[in-house]
Amino acid sequence: MTASSNDMKSSRRAFLQGALAAGGAVAGATAAKAAGPDPLITEIQPWANGLGDGVDATPYGMPIKFESDVVRRNVEWLTADVISSINFTPIHALDGTITPQGCAFERHHSGAIEMSKKDYRLMINGLVDRPLIFTYEDLERFPREQHVYFCECAANTGMEWAGAQLNGAQFTHGMIHNMEYTGVSLRTLLTEAGLDAAGDLSDKWVYVEGADASSNGRSIPMEKALDDVLVAFKANGEALRKEHGYPVRLVVPGWEGNMWVKWLRRVEVADGPVESREETSKYTDTMADGTSRKWTWVMDAKSVITSPSPQSPIRHGKGPLVITGLAWSGRGAITRVDVTVDGGKTWQQARLAAPGQPMALTRFYVDHDWDGEEMLLQARAHDETGYVQPTKTQLREIRGLNSVYHNNCIQTWWVKPSGEAENVEIS
Amino acid sequence: MSKSLNLYSGLTLGSVAMLVAAYNFADRNITPMPDTGRVLGEAPASLDMGFMLSPAVASTMPSDGPMGIGRVALPEEVAAWDVDVRPDGQGLPVGSGNVSDGDDLFQDYCAVCHGVFAEGVDNWPKLAGGDGTLDHDDPLKTVGSYWPYLSTVWDYVHRSMPFGNAQSLTPDEVYAITAYILYSNDLVDDDFVLSNENFTEVTLPNVDGFFVDDRDTVELPVFSQEPCMENCKETVEITMRATVLDVTPDQTAAREAFQAEEAAEAAAEAAEAAEETAPATEDTAAAAPAETAAQTEAAAPASGGLDMELVAAGEKVFKKCAACHQVGEGAQNKTGPHLNDVMGRPLGGLEGFNYSKTMAEMGASGTVWTPETMAEFLTKPRDYVKGTKMSFAGLKKDDEIAAINEYLKSFSQ
Repeated sequence: MTASSNDMKSSRRAFLQGALAAGGAVAGATAAKAAGPDPLITEIQPWANGLGDGVDATPYGMPIKFESDVVRRNVEWLTADVISSINFTPIHALDGTITPQGCAFERHHSGAIEMSKKDYRLMINGLVDRPLIFTYEDLERFPREQHVYFCECAANTGMEWAGAQLNGAQFTHGMIHNMEYTGVSLRTLLTEAGLDAAGDLSDKWVYVEGADASSNGRSIPMEKALDDVLVAFKANGEALRKEHGYPVRLVVPGWEGNMWVKWLRRVEVADGPVESREETSKYTDTMADGTSRKWTWVMDAKSVITSPSPQSPIRHGKGPLVITGLAWSGRGAITRVDVTVDGGKTWQQARLAAPGQPMALTRFYVDHDWDGEEMLLQARAHDETGYVQPTKTQLREIRGLNSVYHNNCIQTWWVKPSGEAENVEIS
Repeated sequence: MSKSLNLYSGLTLGSVAMLVAAYNFADRNITPMPDTGRVLGEAPASLDMGFMLSPAVASTMPSDGPMGIGRVALPEEVAAWDVDVRPDGQGLPVGSGNVSDGDDLFQDYCAVCHGVFAEGVDNWPKLAGGDGTLDHDDPLKTVGSYWPYLSTVWDYVHRSMPFGNAQSLTPDEVYAITAYILYSNDLVDDDFVLSNENFTEVTLPNVDGFFVDDRDTVELPVFSQEPCMENCKETVEITMRATVLDVTPDQTAAREAFQAEEAAEAAAEAAEAAEETAPATEDTAAAAPAETAAQTEAAAPASGGLDMELVAAGEKVFKKCAACHQVGEGAQNKTGPHLNDVMGRPLGGLEGFNYSKTMAEMGASGTVWTPETMAEFLTKPRDYVKGTKMSFAGLKKDDEIAAINEYLKSFSQ
């Protein structure tokens, strides 16, 4: 059974009135009764008596030890080693929309390299009027922009194509983070190098390449390059982390994470795509008939309930329950999220914590009155283009089971009467 | 394994070249490019916008065009970095290599992860096989079965391989390795020579197996319907459960470790508190550190004369090795041999592991793994053991090598 927040307010009012009428003798299903005085209250605790840490105890703060399980995690069997591998953001334990850098997922092809700002160089070459070299300091002199964008790996939820596989929102949907970037638009840098030499820009591309040993490189159509691509050097107000491409990474809003080249060292203007390893042998989507989609850059609208979920079970029993999750779309802003607790028989619109922003995470809530019975929880995202997040069945009908990448299906959590949750598929 | 040329490489050179040209032509001209008119048309205007918002700013900065930041790239610099290769052969340097040399190079540099016949080791990428599996469950995607362009192979090997020692191969070596990969996929004969001149005559089998993203036409209309909100289904059944598969990493271990640490801390605090309540005399207080030092020394032989701090540091450095080597209880040979009891063992001395010739010979002539030989090997593996199968580039820092030695010693007692 569900209750809107209005219903809950009015029922609480009614309860309080009833209690007053009964002469203040508060007793009811929702008011727990203590077995005895709580020593945390009646006894003086060490923190109320002694002293805490001084101001410089941790010049750069880490989360308090009680939060030490809110960390990135790896699924060992997914990759051959940890150098060319991926881990997952603990989205089940976060709230809001900004992902702290320290727990934002990592994806490396040759490990996270250590490059100083002093050693950083960015080359713009190819069909430009003046091939140029920028130092890090040079980049800081161009007009800056700030934007919040999500970065999602094309393989996020990829393990779930053939069936419910990993048991936790972190593992099914944690190849995503959302940060506020500061940087220079790629358009500004291309203008500095001059695009007259490129002639008609409508069939031109840029090839972007990283400085690490994997030399990860991707081809991006000029239209996108001149639209909203950012050469970023700050995230969430501070320098990028090593694992996210310090000192400079590319931000390609709404497009798959592999294109967000880290340790960006070169942008080449060209008259065709390079067809690099990561845009042919990887990050292409194989259909049931064996043919494969390429250039599937945009990340479609998607959502997931982050709590309750397998790693975030309900521990408080029936009654008021916050259902929350994240929604995003590479095509624009999230306009609406629907949530069902009965496996899709009936849906209600969730409350968006703030209006959706283009190509950024949106937080949603449903304030639910849980009856303690099992639930089949799902969320369904809508974006500003009218796109509605599909079911896994709908996706499979078009793409088959071997697509690997770009799985944006509706996720189901089976919440049991115990409050424990499990990743399932339903009819 | 068939050595005959198949359809893709067996056509006469002329017709293959024509097909390639036709494909390239088609690719360039039919591929629908995104509609660029709008954005490109407005680009100068949007460039202005940022500055136009504040007239004061606009007057101090150029509204478009170059700002004079950065410097011109020198031709040598562009040549050093601009090495990508395109399907039409653009970017290929002059050079050549044959299957036989490629085989030797592949065994030295690549087989450790990709297998002797490019069939792959463990979870490392398989480069050969999988022909005709793309429409099966779990298709095997290799260079032969999946990759559309040979240029991608050349480019990737040249820039990113071997893993851990990228950009160390000469163009001729890359041509040879690429030729061997073609051979291991039954696409060329064993006397095949690949060069910049015949490169575009080779067409990979799956070149026509790709189509440009069509989600806008195939999926968007289907996924843009107003969805059902009420009475959408009669019944709902669970059809598949993740816990039945049971492949999720166990997080309880981490939680328990944390709780154990908490408990230990609480115990330490309690002990500290007890000490405080029994005030020590100056003498005992002064004696305490000496006693601790003595205990540490006494404890040292128990840990086999090991510097435990260095062992701990070595454990961290070993992460660089752990992709290929196991050590400790239950360690087995993986891509590299297990390293239990490696100290004191002759080079190439572990039975059942297929070492390089040089490694085995060095061991047979009496060279033994000691901290000294290990340090020499780890500084520059290929210089110390010519032709070693270990593709790891080596450790640059002496303290890292010392730490690794101490760590390996801890498993050699």
